[in-house]
Amino acid sequence: MVAPPVGFSDDPSNDIPIRPADNPTVGDRIFRVICVASASVALVIIAATAIFLLNKSRPALAKTGVWHFFTASVWNAAVGDFGVLGLVIGTITIATIALIVAVPLAVGMALFVNEYAPPRIGRTLTAVIDLLAAVPSLIFGMWGYFAFKNHLIPVSRWISDHLVAIPFFRLSNATGKPDFTGSSMIAGLVVGMMIVPIITSVSRDVMARVPREQCEGALALGGSRWAMIRDVILPYGKSGVVGATMLGFGRALGETVAVALVLQNISYQANPHIVQHGAGSIAANIFLRFGEASPLELSALVASGVALMALTFTVGFAARRVVARTTRFS
Amino acid sequence: MSFDQFEREVATQDPSLEDWNGLPPIVAAEPDSWSSGLIAREIAKVPVPSTQPMPGTSLGSGSPATLAATDVSAWFGSRKVLQRCSLRMEARQVTALIGPSGCGKSTFLRILNRMHEVIRVAKVAGSVELDGVDIYGRELSVTQVRMRIGMVFQKPNPFPAMSIRENVLAGLKLSGTKSTDRDALVEECLTRAGLWTEVKDRLNEGGMSLSGGQQQRLCIARSLAVRPRVLLMDEPCSALDPISTRVVEETIQQIADDITIVIVTHNMQQAQRVSHQCAFFLVEEQGVPGRIVEAGATDHLFNQPSDERTLAYVTGRFG
Repeated sequence: MVAPPVGFSDDPSNDIPIRPADNPTVGDRIFRVICVASASVALVIIAATAIFLLNKSRPALAKTGVWHFFTASVWNAAVGDFGVLGLVIGTITIATIALIVAVPLAVGMALFVNEYAPPRIGRTLTAVIDLLAAVPSLIFGMWGYFAFKNHLIPVSRWISDHLVAIPFFRLSNATGKPDFTGSSMIAGLVVGMMIVPIITSVSRDVMARVPREQCEGALALGGSRWAMIRDVILPYGKSGVVGATMLGFGRALGETVAVALVLQNISYQANPHIVQHGAGSIAANIFLRFGEASPLELSALVASGVALMALTFTVGFAARRVVARTTRFS
Repeated sequence: MSFDQFEREVATQDPSLEDWNGLPPIVAAEPDSWSSGLIAREIAKVPVPSTQPMPGTSLGSGSPATLAATDVSAWFGSRKVLQRCSLRMEARQVTALIGPSGCGKSTFLRILNRMHEVIRVAKVAGSVELDGVDIYGRELSVTQVRMRIGMVFQKPNPFPAMSIRENVLAGLKLSGTKSTDRDALVEECLTRAGLWTEVKDRLNEGGMSLSGGQQQRLCIARSLAVRPRVLLMDEPCSALDPISTRVVEETIQQIADDITIVIVTHNMQQAQRVSHQCAFFLVEEQGVPGRIVEAGATDHLFNQPSDERTLAYVTGRFG
């Protein structure tokens, strides 16, 4: 046998790219099969759900027409006329109000726990928040219901009296004594209380992962604690905070019982007067109507569920795009 | 990130973190027999005075200053890690702090610009004066101290969400300092840090796109941009290859005329190459705090040290 030449050779005969063969052990093979099976089952369930929902919603969509169903604001079970635009807008309104209240509270809380709280209190709060995030949001909803339902009415009245400059806070031109119960704002605030723990928990976790040397670098340059948070921690944690917000938004969109309790009855028209009675949400509508619905209305409720799912996906993808576009150097 | 977390780790003595802070490997909560007569100051509680310029200096002057530490002791919780260290770090001189791991030299360095107190359980005693002004006194706020006394860390830490240019200017943004000609400042600082020719065409790329050695020089440039009078360097080359190390050392020698430099290093050759004076730190036996065994001109310390332990260390017989 000829010894291989030292150094490198120009002989191209052995210089063919190959991928070395993988020789998995029995354990590897078994585990691989388990993983593939799990993934397949999960995907099949999701696909089956989607097909089932679409199938179930066909009668109502066929009756009203798909375009009408998604662009009209009407719910008349007696004649079988359905349109969910008003409900979709109502759902987004409530969820947006919830986020406007919840995100600043949650991020402030997360920063307090991470950066300002004395260690022992911070550790305790972290544990408490993580536990609260796992508590069914209905519990907060019940509290919010009793705390907000009546006590917020004077607040709503004050807002409508003093913040007339902002269109959303104006009252409608309808005559008679304005009714401040069952408004988007009260529902949004209740939902906001429900999603604070989950947003706090996730964003705190992300912002606690900022490498220590990054923070020290900022402090060593003469940055104050606030400057460090602004220029290092928030940019680092941005995608995580947005992710936490989307998680909260998803929950807010789907909040059912608490919203139904607050609203009492559903307005199928979009209502720009958010402090006044008259608001709707897809989930609450499904909850309130489900029991007594005719087969056709049931089909319409399922179709509105499809609309809710599509809404969640759209918002989620939009948020991911925004994060991807504004995140630099990665 | 969470300093609390770190604190917890210090408290539970995660051994992997000892090196980072230069802590001695032994934990026993010592009764502070050494601290009699010394009052441990709760640094974090010192109120921050309103912006008040330091007498005789302005931000733009950038003249080197003398840093004088007197009877500096340090604690983590109840554990004392540094015992009454005094050292004068003269203007226009490079001072090297040497000694085996865990002898307190990094802690000493971090006390010099009030970074030690970032860890909540940390306490100090003694005084540190910058041209006669107590940096722990009421005359200067913490942020003013850190702008005047900059720091370069062991691991290069450019800000990942900022471009190279923004990294250089980060100190101005963080401290809310105005600057008229930012482009000129960026060029000047990158040039002094020996990085300008390598990055001048890619200033808007991310700071993390650079190699480790370049990142460390970017961090030096970033420190220079706030015009410090003293620059503290905590093993700045320990994560770098020999060529990058050489470039950083050349940078140190070039800026030493304008800025007082204090450098912690484990590399004896580096200490000899770059420093004019040296301080040798040592933990004399397990469980006692580190102290300065010997300090003086580098030549003297390496060639005819007065203490036999210094001789043993600089000749590589231990540590």
